[in-house]
Amino acid sequence: MTTSPLIAFQNVSVQFGKTVIHRDISFTVDESQVVTLLGPSGTGKTVLLKLLIGLLLPTSGSVIVEGKDLSQLNRDEMREMRKEVGMLFQGAALFDSLTVFENIAFPLREYGEKDESVIAAVVEEKLGLVGLSGFAQRFPIQLSGGQRKRVGLARALASSPRVVLFDEPTTGLDPTSRNRIDDLIIQLRDDLGITSIVVTHDMESARRISDRIILLSQGKVIVDAPAPAVWEDAEPVRRFARGEWSE
Amino acid sequence: MYALDTLRRWIAPLGAFGWLQLDTVRAIVQGKVNPREVCRQIVFIGVNSLGISSLTALFTGMVLALQTAYGLERFGAKHYVGNVAGLAFIRELGPMLTAVVLCGRVGAGIAAEIASMVVTEQVDAMTALGADPVGRLVAPRVIAGIIATPLLVIFANLIGIYGGLAIAVFELNVSAHVYFQSLYYTILIRDILDSLVKSGVFGFIVASVACFQGLRARGGTEGVGRTTTSAVVIGCVWIFVADFFVTKMLLLL
Repeated sequence: MTTSPLIAFQNVSVQFGKTVIHRDISFTVDESQVVTLLGPSGTGKTVLLKLLIGLLLPTSGSVIVEGKDLSQLNRDEMREMRKEVGMLFQGAALFDSLTVFENIAFPLREYGEKDESVIAAVVEEKLGLVGLSGFAQRFPIQLSGGQRKRVGLARALASSPRVVLFDEPTTGLDPTSRNRIDDLIIQLRDDLGITSIVVTHDMESARRISDRIILLSQGKVIVDAPAPAVWEDAEPVRRFARGEWSE
Repeated sequence: MYALDTLRRWIAPLGAFGWLQLDTVRAIVQGKVNPREVCRQIVFIGVNSLGISSLTALFTGMVLALQTAYGLERFGAKHYVGNVAGLAFIRELGPMLTAVVLCGRVGAGIAAEIASMVVTEQVDAMTALGADPVGRLVAPRVIAGIIATPLLVIFANLIGIYGGLAIAVFELNVSAHVYFQSLYYTILIRDILDSLVKSGVFGFIVASVACFQGLRARGGTEGVGRTTTSAVVIGCVWIFVADFFVTKMLLLL
């Protein structure tokens, strides 16, 4: 019996004005995988994440999540779908005016949870998961870069999504914070079966966490292969990792 | 081809602005607007602007009385200063000056706040977390603008009239009784209502233009600066344009 993939990009093209970002990209992602998207800056890796969460729509082709074509969903259906897909933004994108507690509670309240004791329990659980119990009453400005990313992850996990998208989760972090984020991504896959799609330029991190590597360049998929073999077998990936890739 | 591109550059934002207003109405109708946020915005737009708008109204009321008396004196009609200055202030200067002051203070603030949220991806995060940024950010500010501006204008009109009174009494030797009596016989309820309607339109323009420009911000802190400037400039231009058409429409009614 074959099961349909959790996520599928089918002949996706994206164009902003006259600038072509992606041309006819296709790939699938199965459940409980950590898929890492590599590629030079400006290749449109973040655009792929934004397509997956419905912040952008493709110019042509289909982005399918759990069998649903996102471009066919109405506003309410898209909102429901977003419950299943969390995203950790590059700068964490925490709401400055809200405390850590309020930030993590935000999606719960948006999705209709009214019981404050349930909200408090979920916030406590997610903060514990990212190792930040006791930080609930702080404001984002009072957190370090690594802590902000972990709070961002706790917020992304608040609605218990099946997929989490990571946009450069370890950029600008010290090695300890980076390892902590990497461990969390692995833990989410192993303990909760969460599928992660990670955009990163951090090769060390990519080697640690990835089940699969997709290398993008000039709007196309250059390599799509399982890790760890890809690091040895795929010459483009090796060249990219050594910093020798040129478009 | 160049002409077509230029035309598109001008028309596309107008279309996007129209869509944003439709989305705002939809958010209000669907009850997605938090009343507490509306109150917070009324405080920000209205209460916090009371000082600057009062000061502007006071000195403009004074200078208007001076200038009016200077003109009327040539016809020996100095004691009509209350009629002319009061009517001009209530029908035109009160709403207009308050709106321009709000555009500088509140429009810039709203645009900068929303633009900062856009460039730090907070607006994207809001959408990704199931919230509607229009219902959360735009609608409360637009509602607050429409409510707070007329309230501010009532204060501005009163202070402007008292500014004129001070000049009438101390500079022009027109008694307070004559000043107020001339006001009483000249100003109609309709003038006050027109002033309030106009203020509501201006409040809508200030808030909606600032929100629209804020949501269009691109490119980091530089983008926030550009957005803030454009919110003030475009807001002021729209206020001047709307002033003519709204006045003309109100006079026809």
